[in-house]
Amino acid sequence: MSDHIVSAFTDELDKLAADILRMGGIVETMILDACSAVNKNDVELAREVVARDPQVDKLEADVERQIVSLIARRQPMAHDLRAVFSALKVVGELERVGDLSKNIAKRAQRLDENVGPSMRKGIYRMASPVSRQLNMVLDAYATGNASAAKAVWEGDDDIDQHYNSLFREMLTYMIEDPRTIGAGAHMLFMAKNLERIGDHCTNIAEFVYFQATGEYLLSTDRPKTPQIDG
Amino acid sequence: METTITESRETLTAGTSMDETQGLTYPRIECKNINVSYGDKQAIFDISLPIPDRSVTALIGPSGCGKSTFLRCLNRMNDTIESCKVTGEIIMDGENINDPDIDPVLLRSRVGMVFQKPNPFPKSIFDNIAYGPRIHGLAETREDLDEMVEKSLRRAGLWEEVKDRLSSPGNSLSGGQQQRLCIARAIAVRPEVILMDEPCSALDPVATARIEELIDELRKRYCIVIVTHSMQQAARVSQRTAFFHLGELVEMGETDQIFTNPRERRTEDYITGRFG
Repeated sequence: MSDHIVSAFTDELDKLAADILRMGGIVETMILDACSAVNKNDVELAREVVARDPQVDKLEADVERQIVSLIARRQPMAHDLRAVFSALKVVGELERVGDLSKNIAKRAQRLDENVGPSMRKGIYRMASPVSRQLNMVLDAYATGNASAAKAVWEGDDDIDQHYNSLFREMLTYMIEDPRTIGAGAHMLFMAKNLERIGDHCTNIAEFVYFQATGEYLLSTDRPKTPQIDG
Repeated sequence: METTITESRETLTAGTSMDETQGLTYPRIECKNINVSYGDKQAIFDISLPIPDRSVTALIGPSGCGKSTFLRCLNRMNDTIESCKVTGEIIMDGENINDPDIDPVLLRSRVGMVFQKPNPFPKSIFDNIAYGPRIHGLAETREDLDEMVEKSLRRAGLWEEVKDRLSSPGNSLSGGQQQRLCIARAIAVRPEVILMDEPCSALDPVATARIEELIDELRKRYCIVIVTHSMQQAARVSQRTAFFHLGELVEMGETDQIFTNPRERRTEDYITGRFG
C-alpha cells in the first residue's frame, strides 16, 4: 500500500507494527525459555523469564498510548482503522501470553528437583508447536497475510489434542506414584497455560485476518477437539 | 412509485454492498446514466445512482470530482449555466425531472438546497422563511404563515433562539444560525428532498455539531443528499456514501462499509489520505 500524504502517519503506523512485533519476539522466547527451564530444571533461567515480563507490560502500555494518540490525531479510516484496531487487540493478547509464560516460569522454580526428566519433557515438547503458532501468526501480522493467519487459526486444534494427551500422561504419572501429585498439579497448570497461549494465537490470527480483509473469522467455524478437562 | 416508509426503511438497513444498493426497491430518486459537460469538457461520466428516502446520502471525493455538479443535477441548478449540458434520467415520483415539461421552479420547491456559505435574503428572519410559502401560495391566511414559519424554525432547531426577534434581519444572526435559517427556509416549502453542498465548511465545530444534529433529525422526514469534504462528517451523518473521482462514481455503499472496508482501491486511497 502506498504511503500517506502525511508521511508521519505512515511512520506512526509502521512504528506501531514494529513495536508489536518486538513485543511478540520477546514473548515468544519467554514461552520457549520458560519451558526449557522446566525441562532442564534451570531455576536461573526461570527467574530470568519472570524478570522479562515487566518489559512486556511496559511495551503494552507504550503501544496503547501510541494508539490512543493516533486515533485522536489521525482519525484512521478503512485499512488504517482496521490496523489500529487490530494493533490494540493484538497487544492485549501478547501481554496475556507474557503473563502465562511468566506463570510457567514461576512454577518451574517451585518444581521439586526430584521430578524425573520424562515428566518434564512433556511440557517442553508441547512448547515447541505452541511457540511455532505464535511465530507464524506474528509473521502473518508482519506481512498482512490473511491465508497464513487462517492456517494458524485452523492449527489450534493440534494444540488442543496435544494438551489432551499431556493431560492423560500427567494423570497416569500421578496415579502410578502419588508422590508426583504436587509436581503433576504444577505440570497440569503449565500445560493449561500453553493451551491458552494457543488460544491467544488463534485470537491474534482473527485480528490479522480482519485487518487484512475486513472480514471476520467466526470461532464457530473453527475445527475443534473437545477438551479433556471440560 | 408506490412505496411505504416502513418498506423503504427496511430495505435501507438490510443492504450492504453496492449491488444490493442498486437493487433497492424504493429509492426516492433514481439517477440513470447521467452525463454532464461544460462545453467540450465532460464533468460527469455515466453515473447511475439510486438515492434512498428518509436517509442521508453523502457524496465524497477530491475537488473537481464532480460531486457538486452531480448534486446540482438533482434540482436542475445546472440549467442556469449556459454551456452546461446534462443527459440521462433522474426519476423522482415516476417522472424524469430532466423532462422539458417539468417546471424547474416547482421542482426546486420539492428539492430544497442549502449552500456552503449561508445566504439569507436581506430581509427579516420571518420573511426569509415566509418568502417560499408566499410565492408558492402555500399559506392562505396570516395565521397559516405564522404557523409555517414557527414550524420550520422549530424543525431547524432555531425557534428558541430567534422567536423574540423575528423582525431582525436574517444576516444579523451568527454564521451557524444563518445556516440553520437557510435550512428552515428550505424546509418551509415542504420539500421532499434536501440537497446540501458543504453546509458546514464555513462554520465552527459547535455550529457544525448543531447542523449535524439537525441533519440527523431531518432525515426522519426527508431524503437528504450532502456533499462534504470532511470524511469524518460523511461518516457521522450519512447512512450511505458515494465516492466520486474524476467524474466517475467509483463506489457506493453503506457508510460503515465504505469507511471500514471499501471495496475499491481508489476509495481506500482517498479516505485514508493516500491520494497522490
